[in-house]
Amino acid sequence: MKDVAVVGVGMTKFGELWKKSLRDIFVEASLKAIENSGVDHIDSMYVGTMSSGLFVGQEHIGAVMADYLGVAPVPATRVESACASGGVAFRQAYFEVTSGQSEIVLAGGVEKMTDGADVTDALATAADQEYEVYNGITFPGLYAMIARAHMHQYKTTREQLAHVAVKNHKNGSMNPNAQFRSPVTLEQVMKATMVADPLRLLDCSPVSDGGAAVIVCSVDYAKKLKKPYIKVIASVQTSDTIALHNRESLTALKCVSAAAGKAYKQSGLKPSDINFAEVHDCFTIAEIVVTEDLGFFEKGKGGQAAENGSTSIGGKIPINTSGGLKSKGHPVGATGVAQIIECYEQLIGNAGERQVKNAKYGLAQNMGGSGASCVIHILEAV
Amino acid sequence: MITPRYHREIPQRYRLEAGKCKQCGHISFPPRLVCPKCKSKTFETVKLSREGKILTFTIIRVAPEKFSKETPYVVAIIELNNGVRLTAQVADCNVDKVAIGDKVKLVFRKIQDEGKSGLHCYGYKAVLV
Repeated sequence: MKDVAVVGVGMTKFGELWKKSLRDIFVEASLKAIENSGVDHIDSMYVGTMSSGLFVGQEHIGAVMADYLGVAPVPATRVESACASGGVAFRQAYFEVTSGQSEIVLAGGVEKMTDGADVTDALATAADQEYEVYNGITFPGLYAMIARAHMHQYKTTREQLAHVAVKNHKNGSMNPNAQFRSPVTLEQVMKATMVADPLRLLDCSPVSDGGAAVIVCSVDYAKKLKKPYIKVIASVQTSDTIALHNRESLTALKCVSAAAGKAYKQSGLKPSDINFAEVHDCFTIAEIVVTEDLGFFEKGKGGQAAENGSTSIGGKIPINTSGGLKSKGHPVGATGVAQIIECYEQLIGNAGERQVKNAKYGLAQNMGGSGASCVIHILEAV
Repeated sequence: MITPRYHREIPQRYRLEAGKCKQCGHISFPPRLVCPKCKSKTFETVKLSREGKILTFTIIRVAPEKFSKETPYVVAIIELNNGVRLTAQVADCNVDKVAIGDKVKLVFRKIQDEGKSGLHCYGYKAVLV
């Protein structure tokens, strides 16, 4: 098994990219990553996309992207794991490199959500169509039910949820690629339009277009390129029941705690060793639950941590320095790869105003559905 | 949604038919081919209790198109008296008065319309008791 590196990254700005198509977006991000890494070819590629079929009516995405990137006939594979598609695509590239099957692999993710599809309908396909969605639940609704259960069990407050949005918008305001670069106030979040009680519009990640790509190769190969690189020291993926109602707990995400346990074991680290994390804050409550289940905070204390600044830049464990899904944007398939990019920027010391001082270990946690899939990577500065 | 697909789910949606594992007694709703608890593959058909309580809920204010005329409506995770959990709308209620722990009963209701022809699709909703 070879040690694996991320040696180059590229992403488009996230947002409503009216003038760019699905393939334009992916190719733009990929070209940036290839150029950034200094590689002269790729041996293989993976594309994470959740629902290109529903969003723009295009499947067979691997071939489309290899063709337009001009790299055919390399093997090109589309990876789907709902909102975790990007993180899982990255993991496939990791496998291909660590096994020695390929030297240089591109791992990318993309989504084009603003071309007119019913986005609520398309996103709901990540839940159980026959026994959740049939009865009228939506994705915000599923996380709203987690939020209400968490508030009931742990006395998490509405204000604590809002603090997550305020913090992530503040971080996103410092990220040139973020969809929303405007800070929001606690009052704005608390008074935003109700979407699914208790979640309001500013508790929800937005509908976004965007692409992200990274170049994965062995550490030995990365050294030869003489470009900044980071090491992948844990790669773990888990699954859980598709329907939220079949989980033993409605206030914990077992897929996250199970993946985290394995990732810490693989890397030989403990939660307190991690210097910052990019987590899947599709809704504010998700960040609270995930930071607990990653072991950063005691169960039930995630809300307090958001409120008291523990998760802000300069706090105990900065969470979502990129702005997270909430402010950076959530082009579903691109999200997991964009998280790796933020880890890369932080670990090579290139995060500008958002830089976490002396960052040695970063963690990326990407999740599908209401927690039916989870993929975690731990990355190390060299 | 297509008609054969709807038709297949009728035993569950109309009659709450579930699969009870012959080995460990765990009840799966809808029925499965493999018991999630003990991995056994033999089941008997049982009907779920219609009574239960609300474990958590939300009030949907922004709905997909097919439910958009019904907002605001409550969707809850309900634990039935035999321990089985499911997701259902809570109908005929003041949406602002629903609370965790409320006792409910599942009733037969129209859930949505299928396709352009508007075929009625039925199933279960909960009402407060």
